[in-house]
Amino acid sequence: MAFLELTGLTKRFGEVTAVEDFDLTVERGEFVSLLGPSGCGKTTTLQMIAGFEQPTAGSITLEGRDLVAVKARNRGIGIVFQSYALFPHMTVAQNVAFGLEMRKVAPAERQRRVEQALALVHLEALAGRYPRAMSGGQRQRVALARALVIEPEILLLDEPLSNLDAKLREEMQLELRGIQQRMGVTTILVTHDQTEAMALSDRVAVMHRGRLVQVADPLQAYENPLTDFVSSFLGKTNRLEGRVLERQSGGCRVAVGETTFEAPPPPDEAAAGGGRVIVSIRPEKVEFRPAGAGLVEGRAAARIFLGDHWLYQVETPLGVLLVIRQNAGPAEVETGGSVGLAWDPAQVRLLPYEAQA
Amino acid sequence: MTRNGPFAFLFSALFVVFMTAPLVVVMGVSLTPEGFLEFPPSGLSLRWFRAILENPDFIDAAWISLYLGIASASLATVLAVPAALAIGRRRFAGRDFLLALFMSPLTVPTIVLGIAFLRFLSQFGLNGTFVGLTLCHAIFITPFILRLVLASVTGLDRTIEKAAESLGASDFTVFRRVTLPMIMPGVVGGWVLAFITSFDELTVTVFIVNPSTTTLPVRLFAHITQTTDPLVASISTVVILFTVGLMFLIERLYGLDRLLVGGEGR
Amino acid sequence: MPGRFAPWLMSAPALALFVALLLVPLGMTFVLSFHAFGFYTGIETTVDLANYIDVLSDGYFHEIFARTFGIALVTTLLCAAIGTPEAYFLYRMRSRWRSALLLVVIGPLLISVVVRTLGWAILLGNRGVINTALMDLELITRPIKMMYTTGGIVIALVHVMIPFMVIAVWAALHRQDPATEQAAESLGAGPATIFFRVVLPQAMPGVLSGSLIVFSLSASAFATPAILGGRRVKVVSTTVYDEFLNTLNWPLGAAIAMLLLVAVLLVMVSWNRLVERRFAQVFG
Ligand SMILES: Nc1ncnc2c1ncn2[C@@H]1O[C@H](COP(=O)(O)OP(=O)(O)OP(=O)(O)O)[C@@H](O)[C@H]1O
Ligand SMILES: [Mg+2]
Repeated sequence: MAFLELTGLTKRFGEVTAVEDFDLTVERGEFVSLLGPSGCGKTTTLQMIAGFEQPTAGSITLEGRDLVAVKARNRGIGIVFQSYALFPHMTVAQNVAFGLEMRKVAPAERQRRVEQALALVHLEALAGRYPRAMSGGQRQRVALARALVIEPEILLLDEPLSNLDAKLREEMQLELRGIQQRMGVTTILVTHDQTEAMALSDRVAVMHRGRLVQVADPLQAYENPLTDFVSSFLGKTNRLEGRVLERQSGGCRVAVGETTFEAPPPPDEAAAGGGRVIVSIRPEKVEFRPAGAGLVEGRAAARIFLGDHWLYQVETPLGVLLVIRQNAGPAEVETGGSVGLAWDPAQVRLLPYEAQA
Repeated sequence: MTRNGPFAFLFSALFVVFMTAPLVVVMGVSLTPEGFLEFPPSGLSLRWFRAILENPDFIDAAWISLYLGIASASLATVLAVPAALAIGRRRFAGRDFLLALFMSPLTVPTIVLGIAFLRFLSQFGLNGTFVGLTLCHAIFITPFILRLVLASVTGLDRTIEKAAESLGASDFTVFRRVTLPMIMPGVVGGWVLAFITSFDELTVTVFIVNPSTTTLPVRLFAHITQTTDPLVASISTVVILFTVGLMFLIERLYGLDRLLVGGEGR
Repeated sequence: MPGRFAPWLMSAPALALFVALLLVPLGMTFVLSFHAFGFYTGIETTVDLANYIDVLSDGYFHEIFARTFGIALVTTLLCAAIGTPEAYFLYRMRSRWRSALLLVVIGPLLISVVVRTLGWAILLGNRGVINTALMDLELITRPIKMMYTTGGIVIALVHVMIPFMVIAVWAALHRQDPATEQAAESLGAGPATIFFRVVLPQAMPGVLSGSLIVFSLSASAFATPAILGGRRVKVVSTTVYDEFLNTLNWPLGAAIAMLLLVAVLLVMVSWNRLVERRFAQVFG
């Protein structure tokens, strides 16, 4: 039996459907990210798990027990809010102790656990401070300590890192993952930052317009997206509209405009659409060849240096293709130069056709 | 937002009864056909509303209150808007003093203001004149206008004015075409609040009127302290309806909460 | 508008009015309070402390000042006790109900105090609505005396002042992060705990500033005590009124008014000091 199970979860606000028919199972100790663009229903889903919104339909069970009927305060779920929601009139230690007080933990034990939780987030020294006198990263840690100290069955994080600057965010990501693994607490993270989701989670759940489109481990979701939306949302990709010409053993031939090349087998939906498919080729899977020796020929229109790698824009008959090359010494191709582009046919992805989102 | 429980509902219901009871009673009493106060009225009649028309004293007083409200609110607005612009967007020596001075009528007990005005006006033979009343009312309604205009001035994005300037507008054009329209809600809201405050005022006014410039609240007060008959109830009912009408107008145009809470309500 | 004096120029018209019609009159009143008054001679421009000594040494005036500040204090406590939870309920209400109720709560602020007090006079009189109803229900045999009592004045003052309290608390509630309530709930707190441990402490600056407004306005209220207390239950402001417009002893009235002004300002300053010291660390 799964640990946390969401089945057919739906939430409507009057006319607006925020979440529709959402199914997800989470195993004990797992770290799952809910990922999707703004307004896709991530927060609403989290609020239903926490008990602050009543689902319009569907069920939420924890180890087989129905959660929907349980009041938020009795669910035993720890939450870190995007605004942190620290109690401004209480010190750090009082903030962290609050949940233990509600559980009527004896004072001595309470103090021990507060100290422990603050040590976990490296804030022992600031126990007597008020939240007002703290930096964003410190507040974030207090919020995390406050949620963890009650030893929650599930930890919910609603964009906990989005108010931090880039460097601090990276630091906190590592720390968050470390703490989560040490405590083994089942965690659901809401974010619209795909690198954050991929860096932290065991599995990512990609949402689009209130629906769950794909749940998979980060590598799987990145390498084998199920839809056009997932492939464009997770990382960069070259998105082309193409047509399946003929099936071959273990693959097919596709045409994009005048150009044809080999690809893995098309999705089942392609047949119904008269062979129309979306062709997705990740920029880092494209390689340079001497002019005249590629699958397509092009001209390097622009080149951007990004430190550890180069990003090229290459004009080809297929349109402008992005190419990412590792920075291993001097640039491989000069701007304005003619080049051939090639890729391993196995790295091409054919996805069901959708009009551009 | 979370729903309130039954306790909250009961509490709010009792609170509404408490807040409306005196107003409901006044309106109820005004409909009595009898010559004395009774509630609920034994019948319904407009007798006491017709009686208002036979009391030119009250009608004259109402006109004076109306003129006084318009004159003093307009005067105070004309004075307060430039002051608010200076205080709201410039840092200068004496700024805190000016702000404290202009807001001080809210801190000084109104009875003290009343006798101070009386002392001053009688010294210069202005007591009981409409001009004297207007000047004095302008003083104690200025804080209301200043507060609302200040709120909209400080919320103003100065880059918009800089944009207008970069497009070639003169200082005066910037003010008339850009600044003023943007602070207009605050100015209008302040004027209305000032008008109502002036229209309702008793404590200051009671000291500085004479029989020919008696305002409605003063006349009503004088009448009530002598006798409470259904006539004061019917006049009060008219005042209530007039105010409620204004209230709905404000709510439509501006938002009552914004006017009274100062932009923080939602 | 550039220029160092521009702000002063822009404020000049208002400043002129305030100097001429506020500072000068207050100064003149202050001077007036040192003059003497003779029944036949009128105001005499001697200068001494006689009026202040009269007021400060007379038990009659002590009683009036004590009554005034007692009424103000009880009114403030009642307003805080009723207005704070009501503001919170209002804050949690669904928006459609909230707009309607807000109109009922703060709308009366715009209606003349004379009219509102008249309503209370009709309700509280010996043959008023409340006594008549209670006697009709045979709950009492003789009317309860509510007119011309401090109790009656307090009830009406609470009605007049409570919108200020609701507004102040309401504004403070809007300044807090609504997620703190959810955070407390997720940590296991019930509605009462959330209110007393999380909401109220954050709203406290609003309660305290509302209290200050209510207290100072109640201490200097005139219309309500004048109508409901008459000559029988005198407060400072009605005493000043009588000295000026009935006895015509302006110097004595001015001295009483100056004492009221000083008392109210003292309360305000010390209250602000107290509040600042208490909250500087937390809310800054
Ligand atoms: N209380 C509400 N009433 C009406 N509509 C709502 C309400 N809460 C959310 N919605 C709508 O439901 C949809 C999903 O909202 P939600 O807050 O879950 O999005 P989100 O994925 O968390 O977005 P973001 O990344 O911007 O936080 C949005 O279209 C939003 O407008
Ligand atoms: Mg969200």
